[in-house]
Amino acid sequence: MADNSIEKKAGPGGEVQRSGREVAAPQPYQSLIPKRSPLEDALGPAAGFGVTIKNFFSKTVTEQYPREPARVKPRFHGRHQLNRYPDGLEKCIGCELCAWACPADAIYVEAADNTADQQFSPGERYGRVYQINYLRCIFCGLCIEACPTRALTMTNEFELAGPTREGLIYEKQDLLAPMTDGMLAAPHPMVEGTTDTDYYRGEVTAPTPAQVDWVGEHRPDDPSLTGARSRAGAAANQGQETR
Amino acid sequence: MTVTASKSATPAVQDGVTFSIDGIETTVPKGTLVIRAAEQLGIQIPRFCDHPLLAPAGACRQCLVEVWAPGRDGNLAKMPKPQASCTLTATPGMEVRTQRTSAEADKAQHGVMELLLINHPLDCPVCDKGGECPLQNQAMSNGRGSTRFVDIKRTFPKPIAVSTQILLDRERCILCQRCTRFSREIAGDPFIDLQKRGAMQQIGRFDAEILGFDDTAPEPVLLGTEIPVGPAEIDEDGEAFASYFSGNTVQICPVGALTSAAYRFRARPFDLVSTPGVSEHDSNGSAIRVDHRRGVVLRRLSGEDAEVNEEWISDKDRFGFAWQSAADRITSPLVREDGELRPASWAEALEVAAHGLEQASGVGVLPGGRVTLEDAYAYGKFARLALGTNDVDHRARPHSAEESDFLAHAVAGTGLGVTFTDLEHAPAVLLAGLEAEEEAGVLYLRLRKAATKGRTRVLAVAPFASRGLERMNGTLIAAAPGTEPEVLDAITKGKLSEPNEQLSAEGAVILVGERLAAVPGALSAVLRLADRTGARLAWVPRRAGERGAVDAGVLPGLLPGGRPVADPAARVDVAAAWEVEHLPAEPGRDLDGIIAAAASGDLGALVVGGVDLRDLADPAAARAALDAVGFLVSLEVRSSEVTERADVVLPVAPPVEKPGTFVSWEGRRRPFPQALTSTAMPDHRVLDALADELGVTLGTRTMAAVHAELDALGSWDGSRIGAPAVSAGPAPAIDAGQAVLATWHLLLDTGRLQDGEPFLAGTAKRPVARASAATAAGIGLTAGQPVEVSTDAGAIVLPLVIDDLPDHVIWLPTAAPGCQVRDTLHAVAGDVVRIAAATTGEVTA
Repeated sequence: MADNSIEKKAGPGGEVQRSGREVAAPQPYQSLIPKRSPLEDALGPAAGFGVTIKNFFSKTVTEQYPREPARVKPRFHGRHQLNRYPDGLEKCIGCELCAWACPADAIYVEAADNTADQQFSPGERYGRVYQINYLRCIFCGLCIEACPTRALTMTNEFELAGPTREGLIYEKQDLLAPMTDGMLAAPHPMVEGTTDTDYYRGEVTAPTPAQVDWVGEHRPDDPSLTGARSRAGAAANQGQETR
Repeated sequence: MTVTASKSATPAVQDGVTFSIDGIETTVPKGTLVIRAAEQLGIQIPRFCDHPLLAPAGACRQCLVEVWAPGRDGNLAKMPKPQASCTLTATPGMEVRTQRTSAEADKAQHGVMELLLINHPLDCPVCDKGGECPLQNQAMSNGRGSTRFVDIKRTFPKPIAVSTQILLDRERCILCQRCTRFSREIAGDPFIDLQKRGAMQQIGRFDAEILGFDDTAPEPVLLGTEIPVGPAEIDEDGEAFASYFSGNTVQICPVGALTSAAYRFRARPFDLVSTPGVSEHDSNGSAIRVDHRRGVVLRRLSGEDAEVNEEWISDKDRFGFAWQSAADRITSPLVREDGELRPASWAEALEVAAHGLEQASGVGVLPGGRVTLEDAYAYGKFARLALGTNDVDHRARPHSAEESDFLAHAVAGTGLGVTFTDLEHAPAVLLAGLEAEEEAGVLYLRLRKAATKGRTRVLAVAPFASRGLERMNGTLIAAAPGTEPEVLDAITKGKLSEPNEQLSAEGAVILVGERLAAVPGALSAVLRLADRTGARLAWVPRRAGERGAVDAGVLPGLLPGGRPVADPAARVDVAAAWEVEHLPAEPGRDLDGIIAAAASGDLGALVVGGVDLRDLADPAAARAALDAVGFLVSLEVRSSEVTERADVVLPVAPPVEKPGTFVSWEGRRRPFPQALTSTAMPDHRVLDALADELGVTLGTRTMAAVHAELDALGSWDGSRIGAPAVSAGPAPAIDAGQAVLATWHLLLDTGRLQDGEPFLAGTAKRPVARASAATAAGIGLTAGQPVEVSTDAGAIVLPLVIDDLPDHVIWLPTAAPGCQVRDTLHAVAGDVVRIAAATTGEVTA
């Protein structure tokens, strides 16, 4: 049969030859594995043990997860994270493009207006509600490709199991990146004289004293104030020196 | 179009223009634009400024096509440059090549798109239009894949709040002028306009700096004009921008330059579910689109219905939906126990309600004017079958027995009468007791279209020429409140010869507002006028459900389909359809009668639907009656003054949570589907359950059942009630310091259906009192000073505006913030009130 079809394909002008309509007589079975010599047949079982014996001396690949942390590749698609700008404002603008891109309909976003008193992200709009349902998420990463502000990225964390369905719907506070030292917790005003484009271009590198003062006035007990104040002071000094 | 039609019976052949687009030959009526002809062939030419309902502008240049036309020698010659197909009328023999067949047209469109995008910000992720944006879509279909522009885009500070509702992002604007053309051609409101030239051209409001005006010019005097409650930008006329139709500009803006504060950043088009609907705010039956997400309505847009609202709705239709999901929604039945309302099961609440109604000596039914046709029918049938009474009246407003007769004579069960299209072709339209812009927004737009684009003359019998009337180029036939019958009779008898002639012309229309019910003799005079001149008559109530309720027989003297209760044949007719022996024959009480009977104890119980007591002629008397009545059942969506007093409260569904039908003032049935999933039941189903509990089968459980009954009943073909002939009341005696009250509802007021929408409330007109200069001088006041209008019941203080009213007449908005005429003064139009300079000096506006 196989030979027959090859013959057909090889016909002139790519045409199938229709003349040989009669079915060829069945050929007896012939193995494609090359015949081995008798010596090779005799040593065959020992060669199988050879693989085992060789691995006695090689490095072990067994991972001691969960006693030891699991190793994953740097670009492993794990739990999502909503990033912040260096001054602590959220990068998410609530545009819902991640929700649109999601093939599993796992993301739900509601946006709202930034106001003078409640500025969560640079610009006019921020994500008021942000939910990812990890019962639906397939970790394809289309959402992070869709994100126009690089607010949404994926971490390597994969331990996403839980006893309740509700618990696997991660809210905004579960997804927001932790504050690094020197960040000032949102909401607070943008760095004076900047636009959302400046933030996006990376021109904001630290909170400013004015922002720290604003938070100090409105939320004197904010735990991020101390770190942010020293960071802002250092950045301001640095700015003066470079000038 | 009418002119062409009357010229020849077969216009398609004789007036047709045959030409070709992309090699496809087509014949279109003379004067058709190329872009319209292409649409008919299914050829999509990209466009921004073109809108079928607005005059061609050729502003955006996106629709460029290659055109070959026969020259003088008859040979086809190519026009030297691509032409804008939205301003080009088709001519015989023309050959149009769009981007589909012409590389030149395609290149031209790509070039225009690139220029448009040069200054357009890349903020699609935060723009409300993103996902439904013609610029976005057409940049994908007819634009370059990548940008060649490397410089810095022009930016403007964002956004300008043109009013509390409308926000303007100038940098997104592509200068298509759809908004300016809408406001100029359709609404007649001065709005924003183009300023500067060339690259610096921008859309904007009245800006002294940009327009080169002297900035030291004195502030414009704002009193006397109609200015909004909330902050608003100065429009192109130099006055605070106020419009009832500005929401339409948001919808037709092809980019995200105009957005609404209510919907700003709320959702994305791709996660909204759209359901068609019908506006519940007025009797026009405007088609709308309800956009909702996860059981929450986020916005409403205008639907498309060329016969009714074209593509326009009023801002009230568009933005007034928050009431349906207000915090005071009643979610479960409530039963009063030891003086307190407590939640109860449906079974218990129905049992308690049925028991209370059975025990009562007599029951009156007040469904209110916002019911659907199905609900109205159920109320009428419930009253007659389950309660055995004709004490049912849907009119929650000043009314009269004359009006009942008028409705029975000329309105009930008459089907589709005067239509919007008829108005466009009418030579004259008389508005009697109807302020079209305030009381029927879309009707005003259509009348204005008829008046500005057609030959229609708009006449109004009113105390003064309102802004709306002026914008319709209307003629005022001045009438002080109460003298309308006199004025109408003067037209009838030809004493006012010009209106008489105009109304005698073929196709003339008289539109009567519900307010005329409060003027004795006015409706009789209108019928005489219509009879004498041959003008067609239509009744335009304010509320969406009134016409349906009249047709469904929710009046003391009417059965469904316009059958008079007094006519034994009509009763037999309906009794046969309802499969009962007989129907109650004794005439019922109207709303005032029911209220009085409840107060005196003649009626032991009331079943009240969506009635706002503040709408009644005397809210205080109504409150006292509801307090006094033995047993009160309320079917309500939200807690109200009625539910506070009720013994049993049965929650019902708002329009968005039930299917139903409104009947527009035209008599057109406007069915709408259920938008949101809900467990709330419509009134007709609750009434069916309540009737079951009373041991009566009402048969209104489902929509299908109600429609089957309505269809089976049809309209009454027997004799109708004769025209009312009530004579006008005596002219009131007016002493010094007194005036006759003129009043009507503004479109945006303190109505319950506008609750929960602060942005919309900010665009309402600031309440003012209006009087003539002589009247003001009589009490020693000038424009802008506070005037105190009082009766024995109370007083209202508002700033005074001098207008062209008859002397000794003062106008107040019926229900504005700080001005509840019926509640505070217990007065209706035509009553005599005291006017004086306000002593407190404090203006409550």
